[in-house]
Amino acid sequence: MTYGHEPVSPEMIATSPNLKAISVVGVGYDHVHVETCRERGIAVGHTPGILSDTTADMTMALLLATARNIVPAYNHVQVSKQWKYYDPNILWGTDVHHATLGIVGMGRIGHAVAKRARAFDMRVLYYKRERRPDWEEELGVEYVTFENLLEVSDFVTLHVPLTEETTHLIGEAELALMKKTAILVNIARGPVVDHYALYDALKQGQIAGAAVDVTEPEPINTDHPLLSLDNVIVAPHLGSATVQTRMKMATMAMENLLAGLKGEQLPYGVLQPNFPR
Amino acid sequence: MDRVDGPLLDAAPRLKVISQLAVGLDNVDVAEATRRGIPVGYTPGVLAKATADVAFALLMSAARRISESERWVRDGQWTLAFHPLRWLGVDVHEKTLGIIGMGQIGLEMARRGRGFDMNIIYHSRSRRPDLEAEYGLVYVDLPTLLAESDFVSLHMPLTPETRHYIGEAELRQMKPTAILVNAARGPVVDSRALYTALKEGWIYAAGLDVTDPEPIPAADPLLTLENVVIAPHVGSASLASRGAMCMLAARNLIAGLEGNPLVRCANPEVYKA
Repeated sequence: MTYGHEPVSPEMIATSPNLKAISVVGVGYDHVHVETCRERGIAVGHTPGILSDTTADMTMALLLATARNIVPAYNHVQVSKQWKYYDPNILWGTDVHHATLGIVGMGRIGHAVAKRARAFDMRVLYYKRERRPDWEEELGVEYVTFENLLEVSDFVTLHVPLTEETTHLIGEAELALMKKTAILVNIARGPVVDHYALYDALKQGQIAGAAVDVTEPEPINTDHPLLSLDNVIVAPHLGSATVQTRMKMATMAMENLLAGLKGEQLPYGVLQPNFPR
Repeated sequence: MDRVDGPLLDAAPRLKVISQLAVGLDNVDVAEATRRGIPVGYTPGVLAKATADVAFALLMSAARRISESERWVRDGQWTLAFHPLRWLGVDVHEKTLGIIGMGQIGLEMARRGRGFDMNIIYHSRSRRPDLEAEYGLVYVDLPTLLAESDFVSLHMPLTPETRHYIGEAELRQMKPTAILVNAARGPVVDSRALYTALKEGWIYAAGLDVTDPEPIPAADPLLTLENVVIAPHVGSASLASRGAMCMLAARNLIAGLEGNPLVRCANPEVYKA
């Protein structure tokens, strides 16, 4: 059973001859070397769907917190206790209502985020490999090119799985296309964003702010330059972190594991069992 | 907030208009101004969405423990890749949001909750059957709202009737997993009772954009708690809202000085004299 941070490499699999099943507690399985599992007939399960709403909730929480300076406010009032008089000029934020949200990669989580954003009267744009006209109709979202999304969005949120194509999807060039007032939210996978390019962009004011729930590496090293900035929120991978959702994930992962050990169909399988007879 | 009351008005006998850069008027003795024939302008509506955005931001930060966990990261404590049971928060989607006070800001809060498939219940001086139909709101009495809500958000003006509206008795009726949000006025909540409620676990957490007093003193015990998120009254703090408020307040002021009806007047009865 794996939570998704220790890589399950070909070497690890090679030194575990009795390994029958890998059960990931989470939806992303980029850390599991699926090709080796396929060759060796090892089943792989994950926990899709169940965490989509909780992760979409966290996406909005991070977006709102960054837009309206909730963390600087907390630091000002509760940590350094500097709130001594009413000052109407401090902590001005960016309006979320009627702003433009660009969703990159719209699967279950992106869909749930779009629904929430529309309740704030946001204009919602999306980019994904395959257009979904049915979702455009259902949610009132607009399909645009990746470049266009970056150019016009006030908030950009990433909801792609981590693959070779999406590694450093957001780098120097992409950040340069974004508005100077824009905010980037990453709750997908750390390596989707080039963190050093992100640091530069935030430091130089190429974008206004960012919130990341995932980093590269994880945990982020304590002397990483991103942590020297105050216009970025760094949360420790809490996308699915509610009692209810973690309990459901644990149950699903256990069901997958038991099925895999018995050689039965996994209820939520990436690779189904294929034991040589 | 400066008090605009009898003594101030006595000292300003030629005062023609009062223009407040806010929608709340608890610092203005509006009745006294009306008696003296002085119109009072204010800025309703233009800040409703921005304020609801902050109220919802505080609700979500409290639910998902963003400030606390971010502080932990900044303190260099995130050392293991995954802590499956650390920093667990509460879900927002499909939970029950109880709104007290269904004016413009309360309504904007309800609309946002609908985006999260929340069940919206409300309690208010006057029922709004039109809104119930349009937004799927359900009117309930206060005890029901407190008992059933996972999130309670306050959107009443501060009046003698609403002072300490949420006190010990009300906090004890709430769920231990519930979150209280106050973006209305500090004194609507009994802050001493709120401290006890948070410390003893009568409720899960609170998100406050307003406190009593304001600013909150450094020695206030609320500042020792982890399960409260406080912002220094930033509800309307965005360029668009503050710009709109300033324009409206300026137009109110000019209208008053020129002897014309104000654009948004809090005491239109002043014109009937």
